[in-house]
Amino acid sequence: MRRSLLLSDFFRRFTRNRLALSGLVIILFFFFLSLFAGYISPHDPNEFDVRSIFSPPSRGHLMGTDELGRDVLSRMIYGARISLKVGFVAVGIAVLIGTCIGLSAGYFGGIIDTLLMRFVDIMLCFPAFFLILAVIAFLEPSIWNIMIVIGLTGWMGVARLVRAETLSLKSRDYVQAAKALGESDLKIMFRHILPNTLAPILVAATLGVAGAILTESALSFLGIGVQPPTPSWGNILTAGKDNIEFAWWLSLFPGLAILVTVLGYNLLGEGIRDSIDPRLK
Amino acid sequence: MGKYLAKRLLLMIPLLLGITIITFSVIHLAPGSPTDLVTDLNPQAGAEARERLIAYYGLDKPLHVQYVNWLKRLATLDFGQSFQPDGKPVIEKIKERIPITIEINVLSMIVIISIAIPLGVISAVKKDSFLDKGTTVFVFVGFATPTFWLALLCMILFGVKLGWLPISGINSLDYDRLSLFGKIVDRGRHLIMPVILGAFGGLAGLSRYMRSNMLEVVRQEYIQTARAKGISEKRVIFKHAMRNALLPVITILGLSVPTLIGGSVIFETIFAIPGMGRLFYQGVMSRDYPVVLGILFIGAVLTLIGNLLADVGYALADPRIREGEG
Repeated sequence: MRRSLLLSDFFRRFTRNRLALSGLVIILFFFFLSLFAGYISPHDPNEFDVRSIFSPPSRGHLMGTDELGRDVLSRMIYGARISLKVGFVAVGIAVLIGTCIGLSAGYFGGIIDTLLMRFVDIMLCFPAFFLILAVIAFLEPSIWNIMIVIGLTGWMGVARLVRAETLSLKSRDYVQAAKALGESDLKIMFRHILPNTLAPILVAATLGVAGAILTESALSFLGIGVQPPTPSWGNILTAGKDNIEFAWWLSLFPGLAILVTVLGYNLLGEGIRDSIDPRLK
Repeated sequence: MGKYLAKRLLLMIPLLLGITIITFSVIHLAPGSPTDLVTDLNPQAGAEARERLIAYYGLDKPLHVQYVNWLKRLATLDFGQSFQPDGKPVIEKIKERIPITIEINVLSMIVIISIAIPLGVISAVKKDSFLDKGTTVFVFVGFATPTFWLALLCMILFGVKLGWLPISGINSLDYDRLSLFGKIVDRGRHLIMPVILGAFGGLAGLSRYMRSNMLEVVRQEYIQTARAKGISEKRVIFKHAMRNALLPVITILGLSVPTLIGGSVIFETIFAIPGMGRLFYQGVMSRDYPVVLGILFIGAVLTLIGNLLADVGYALADPRIREGEG
């Protein structure tokens, strides 16, 4: 009863939050693009056209063409797929690790807590971008490695969050009752505590997707991320940088796409946070 | 204060050890042996570089022996030699490059502080005003903007189209022949874009943080008391409220050190600035492992120092902290 009441409260507040809704619309739009990329894009993203290299935006190529005469709009649409994939997989990994570490640290306390949280402190000492680049230097740059590395270096925030929630939940009566009934630690952690930490995790994950998309685009821009010919917003920007003197369209559109997508996830994340707990606003 | 400082320094030791363990494990992270990687992925690295790597890390010895030996070398700031044909010690390369990186980051930090704090205070004091709403929009857009893209756009606008600013390097070709004043102007023209763009990301975060801090403080009872005493509003805001709202900012600035250092890879690469970030990027691209690991370690140590300075600054500013913990 109470749960559904809270949920309906949440939806009422959420649907009234215009900014959060526009974030959701943006995200759904890019989901749609990546899902139906094959049907929507006007050209094959890897089709060369030597007769129209570097042609500025025109009716035939709405966002112009690149150094090989490929249609930028089509490459942008396929690039949406990469961003989405990287964002979700990387954050999935980060949330998984962060949740397990945060839950164990908060629930068991004592020496386990100290050790795990010191580990978090140590990981936070590394400039994240340095750590990612250093690891990539040892591995082959591929989209999977990028996703894994971004995930492996981005779980610390979630761990701290989940730990704090667990600490406050573990002394609640219902957890004590479950303990008294002799339920196993694992069951208490995952059945009774975890569900109550989901809301803040969801907020952190939504904001995390935005961060992962930014990181991937920066890596691809530097040539260490998604490798050509696979189109990604970041590596279209690289072509923009190399031809900065005249091909402005190669720089403008991918950056705008990144900005709008990231803005969408940030708006949604903040919207969810405000709808869960309006007092925090 | 001395006691507090000593305690902080002691707490750094386990962190420093942890940093070395993680840096050390990065090289063992890759599948296969690290020396295979050198020869597989870096055609430039010949047998000689391979020998050097094996010797430096003692790769033929057991893992714990490797680690302890490596730690001893680190203690003397010996990071091995670069794989580049010049074969220079890594520490010398870093020493050459680090001043410009620190210079740019410190300047960026100054830009962040001098813009974000007034902006945050004003939008809190004039809540819901036009300026406040404008700032909120700026913050959201600022968080979402890929700064390397903004850098590209600025290069196109100010460098290519308008021709106002140079787009690469830190000095003009005729730098050595300029007068002292000319040198300062020339350096300034080269650094203005990297510094402002480097500050951009932190700007949004800090002004938002400052705003919510200010809003929090203004609600406190002692502010009501100050107002009730009949002190002018200006004095209430600047003398009583702002000073307290500023305290946590010190911590935030300390926490922003790793982001700034990480960002230097991107800006130094885009603007062709010969700093540590670009050295790191070149090291990654050419798989120059001693350089990569050396800078990774230095970057983490710089972060640690940044956090220490922030904590000490906070303790200096707020007696409650050092009394409570010291």
